[in-house]
Amino acid sequence: VSAVEIAIVGAGIYPFGRHEGVTGMAMGVHAARDALADAGVAWDDVQFAYGGSEDAGNADTMVADLGPTGVPFINVKNGCATGGSSLVSRSRRCSPARTRSASSSDSTSTSAAHFQNDPADWSLPAWYGEIGLMVTTQFFGAKLQRYMHDYAIPTDTLAQVAEKAFANGSITPHAWRRRALSADEILTSQMLADPLTQYMLCSPGEGGAALVVCRREYLSRLPEARPIWLRSVSLRTRRAGSFEVFSPSLGLEIADSPTVDASRAVFEAAGVGPTRRRRRAGTGHGVGSGADPSRRMRPVRARRTDRVVRARSHAHRRRPAGEHGRRLPRQRRAGGRVRPAPGLRGGDAATRRGGRAPGSGEPTVGFTQVYGAPGVSACTVVSR
Amino acid sequence: LRESAAIARLRLPVRERCPACASTAVAETLLPERGTLWTWTTQGFEPKSPPYVADGEFVPFAVGYVEFPGCLRVEGRLTESDPARLRIGMPMRVVAVDHAGIASYAFARDEDAR
Repeated sequence: VSAVEIAIVGAGIYPFGRHEGVTGMAMGVHAARDALADAGVAWDDVQFAYGGSEDAGNADTMVADLGPTGVPFINVKNGCATGGSSLVSRSRRCSPARTRSASSSDSTSTSAAHFQNDPADWSLPAWYGEIGLMVTTQFFGAKLQRYMHDYAIPTDTLAQVAEKAFANGSITPHAWRRRALSADEILTSQMLADPLTQYMLCSPGEGGAALVVCRREYLSRLPEARPIWLRSVSLRTRRAGSFEVFSPSLGLEIADSPTVDASRAVFEAAGVGPTRRRRRAGTGHGVGSGADPSRRMRPVRARRTDRVVRARSHAHRRRPAGEHGRRLPRQRRAGGRVRPAPGLRGGDAATRRGGRAPGSGEPTVGFTQVYGAPGVSACTVVSR
Repeated sequence: LRESAAIARLRLPVRERCPACASTAVAETLLPERGTLWTWTTQGFEPKSPPYVADGEFVPFAVGYVEFPGCLRVEGRLTESDPARLRIGMPMRVVAVDHAGIASYAFARDEDAR
């Protein structure tokens, strides 16, 4: 059974931001209940579940609030790629023939202890953290510094990417960051990891997202459903030579990152590519994206993803695509903190977009990509 | 720093097995003193503690990867923190440093270290 036999039938979110006094688990339960309601199924109907959170504890303990139904619930912990990894796991689980029909849900959230990593958890020596190298922003700054050097990308591009993300957030009701910022405000905000300023990086946040998925056969029980099909999913970890976060050393030969590998795999499996929309020719897909909401690496990922299908565009060096109303419709949401399993958040966003009434200008194909430490990438392609 | 006998694959920190072939037949080797700056960035805010150990009042610093020709690229703090004085490709040199009592290494601009 291919992944295209799996449909997303419900999506829920506890909006991301700062929520003093609300536990991550409560946000997860809220998102899960929303997703179940959206799907029109009861928690009792759920035949298995995957979930995870970076900082909020074990997702399976949510059954205390959702209902201890005996459902098999598997905890996932793949850093920022936890949500995407959960979705990959669910689609794999849906695949075996023995599972005749199934739905699942999961949710994610974080606590206040963002980005406080114990080197031992990452197979690294204590000194690495003690002297100040265990900081994720350093990786994004250093990787971009090299990338911009290699491809002659100006700093303005980074500001424009962030400007676009904030503009999208300003028109998205459940976005965390709702105020549009100018490229100038972004460029002149505090420098945190040269060349990345405060507003080019995601801000740590909390929230929850959940999806309900089912197999094609199960749809007959959900007459109200407007399914979004999981065309393909992929999950890759780093290969020798790829430049990843928390790397005390690197080999001299640089391999493609898991982001490239996973993106290539997901597009190949789906039989579509990240081509630019060609309305007049009518041959391109309208590819919307619930992609990695991290603004920090968008130029790298956009270029690399494009490179997969030789559809590289130089235009985004100066003017990133993806702002609502521009060439490539993308996720209409300001990137908040990505850490809480943004694959799900991306999935939620892509599903909401995909679930809209078909009409001119609305996308029919969605792409999500999330990157997690220490070098994990999870991707999906969805379509109506 | 170790390399397996069969496959000259270097890595830091020292680990039990060769990253390429998982052999435990690894040996330590010394890096050359000089390399070139492969990439860099800055640390504009004090890292979370733990794991970070504060060393007096926080002063923003730079970090980078230095490429040792024929060997590997190593991440470390840079003794130079002014971005205007850092450039990809510039000669760098390993220096011993003390960070809050922790003996460590850093990379200095070669011209400053002479």
